[in-house]
Amino acid sequence: MSESGMQYRGMEDFPSTRLFGSGTPMCAGCGGLLVIHQLYDLLGSDTVFINAAGCMTLLSVYPYTPFRGSWLYTAMASAPAGAQGVRDALDILLESDRLRREENLEVVVLTGDGAAYGMGLSATSGALDRGLDFIYLCYDNEGYGNTGQQYSPATPHGAATSTSRGNGGFRGNKKDLFSLWAAHNPPYAATVSASEPLDLARKVEKLRSLRGPRMLLAFSPCPTGWGFEPAQSVMIGNLAVQTGIWPLKEFIGGKVEHTVLPEKRLPVEEYLKRQGRFAHLFASSAGRDIIAELQGAVDRYWEGVR
Amino acid sequence: MKRLLLTGNGAAAWGARLAKAEYIPAFPITPQTEIIENLAAWIDSSEMPGRLVTLESEHSMMTAAGGAAAAGVRVFSATSSQGLLYAMEMLYTVAGWRVPFVLVNVSRALSAPITLEPDHNDVFAARDSGFIQIHCSTCQEVVDAVLLAYRLAEHPDIRLPVMVNLDGFYLSFTREPVTLPDQQGAAEFVGGFDPLGMAFRAGAPLSQAVAVLGGSQYSYFRYQQHLASLQALDVYDDLEREFFGRFGRSHPAVEAYRTDEAEMVFLMTGSFATKAGNAVDALRESGIRAGLVRPRLLRPFPVRRLRQVLRGVRGIAVIDQNLSVGKGGILYTELASALYGQENAPVLLSFIGGLGGRDISGEEFIGIARVTIDAIRSGSVPEPRLLYTADELRHIRKLQAIASVQQENHCRNHE
Ligand SMILES: Cc1ncc(C[n+]2csc(CCOP(=O)(O)OP(=O)(O)O)c2C)c(N)n1
Ligand code: SF4
Ligand SMILES: [Mg+2]
Repeated sequence: MSESGMQYRGMEDFPSTRLFGSGTPMCAGCGGLLVIHQLYDLLGSDTVFINAAGCMTLLSVYPYTPFRGSWLYTAMASAPAGAQGVRDALDILLESDRLRREENLEVVVLTGDGAAYGMGLSATSGALDRGLDFIYLCYDNEGYGNTGQQYSPATPHGAATSTSRGNGGFRGNKKDLFSLWAAHNPPYAATVSASEPLDLARKVEKLRSLRGPRMLLAFSPCPTGWGFEPAQSVMIGNLAVQTGIWPLKEFIGGKVEHTVLPEKRLPVEEYLKRQGRFAHLFASSAGRDIIAELQGAVDRYWEGVR
Repeated sequence: MKRLLLTGNGAAAWGARLAKAEYIPAFPITPQTEIIENLAAWIDSSEMPGRLVTLESEHSMMTAAGGAAAAGVRVFSATSSQGLLYAMEMLYTVAGWRVPFVLVNVSRALSAPITLEPDHNDVFAARDSGFIQIHCSTCQEVVDAVLLAYRLAEHPDIRLPVMVNLDGFYLSFTREPVTLPDQQGAAEFVGGFDPLGMAFRAGAPLSQAVAVLGGSQYSYFRYQQHLASLQALDVYDDLEREFFGRFGRSHPAVEAYRTDEAEMVFLMTGSFATKAGNAVDALRESGIRAGLVRPRLLRPFPVRRLRQVLRGVRGIAVIDQNLSVGKGGILYTELASALYGQENAPVLLSFIGGLGGRDISGEEFIGIARVTIDAIRSGSVPEPRLLYTADELRHIRKLQAIASVQQENHCRNHE
């Protein structure tokens, strides 16, 4: 493996084989699935995915699976604890020569935002405390998608969800999971977007060279829950990056670095106006105020970066 | 073999050590803590190989236990009360994974009101989870049951997790003489862990615990668990005989004490059963043909064995150290369903006693026997009743008086 994520200079460096199977029951244009596709091709099948309840639980439905490697569905709250048990068992087997080195697996938690930001946060924090050697992939579709896109602790301010249909949309603010991870001082944490495959691949390469708790927090546009055409999934991802709403960054060696700096940030409206969940914001002056608030928050964030 | 004075908790820890459990996910809760403290100390001093990891909750502890067993190692864990209920989602889940491991539950009454002392509502809350349940009434039984539990759990026809239950305080903190099997004998009895293909390894991908679509598949897998659990009835009998052959101690699925020619029997589980045994001796001396029946296996429920043991008995006093609120004693209901429709079925009386660690006195056992004999003779069965004395009621009235004075003062202060 090359050092510091430089193997991937262009798309021609990507693996040419698609390891992840097709024909899953995910919605057309599912942004979460896109991330899993990219990650799986890079990680390969010497992995065991430990899943928390969410949309992706339906990837492995008896007797089919798109994974060439292994899989264990746990529950909504405790996928990191499942990873702990599996990792510890693999280590015990390695130490007692019941598992050969080349049979070892990378343990990967696959979780939605609802579990990651909320119910599973205690289990995640516990795994971080214990320095568990695992990869943590959170596909963030900003709501409880599997149950019909109710608001979650990852829902952005103002978004309409099944439980925030009122004028102002969701009253709360999106929690900062990246900083929560950084506060635990893990070897690695990064945000990614499937619309930036090169950035994603470099981050995967970097985290593979490290051990311990390593997170990828993936922006995951959800046509069904957010209200846009499936074909626009990648464009929504691009706009999230270009407006600065979804900063691409990593935490490594105790420092936060931004990996993509949008040169001229687009106004957040460009991102918001393409999604049904924000449509109400354009229909009233109170809604316009919320848009201004969202723009202000993004501006303040990036002022802090420069 | 060596003979030691051990608490129930000490015996449970020895069980795990003798069975060579190699992975112990843990979380502290009174009165279970001594178990994990002992194991941690042995591992730290290299007296016992293995790895103990403290999770951040029992829910996570149970997930890690299931995950490790699914990956192919021998797992032990222990909890109590609130911890068992906190893990409830995962009890059902890991039983559905069909992972073999042993969980010791140290019974403690459930909140609210919050308390530390024992009754069996915690373990009965897990009754339908798919775990096999063995209930102990002495410290000796605890260590023996843990060894038997590994054999049961890992049996190719069963492959279910097993819960071994002991009462908090009365067993967990009480020292009794315990004969420990020697390490080699125990290891030979339990055998090495065979994952039977359950493993995660590169080159041999395996999907475990996947979703199913539809009731037909769900019914199939769920009923498989049930059939596997039922297998444990015969397997337990075989193992128990093998255990007796090797170690000289017998722990049948249903213990029958002086049931020969018994007119009435006490039927109960847990440590208070030893007091019932003493009462049986006293009653027999005074010419009353009393006996004691104690199911050790609660899941699977040993229906056939219970019917056998209870044949000819005319009255049964079921003493439940638990309460299904809005229904009554759980054991009573279970037994009634086992005996319903049997020819010459005995009368069944229900007593609720020992909630939250409340003692059941020798006198009360004698009284229960009298009431049961009366019911046999008269044919009229009294309503279920709570064991509670006039003195206790007077005492609670005093406490209530203090509480209401306090409350009045409190209200006055706010006027
Ligand atoms: C203990 C528990 N509570 C509730 C649920 C119902 N549930 C299943 S998936 C889900 C949503 C999870 O949201 P998220 O983690 O964001 O994943 P997504 O569905 O968006 O993929 C919920 C609430 C559950 N499975 N378990
Ligand atoms: S609801 Fe959203 S996240 Fe879930 S499968 Fe559909 S598109 Fe993907
Ligand atoms: Mg979600």
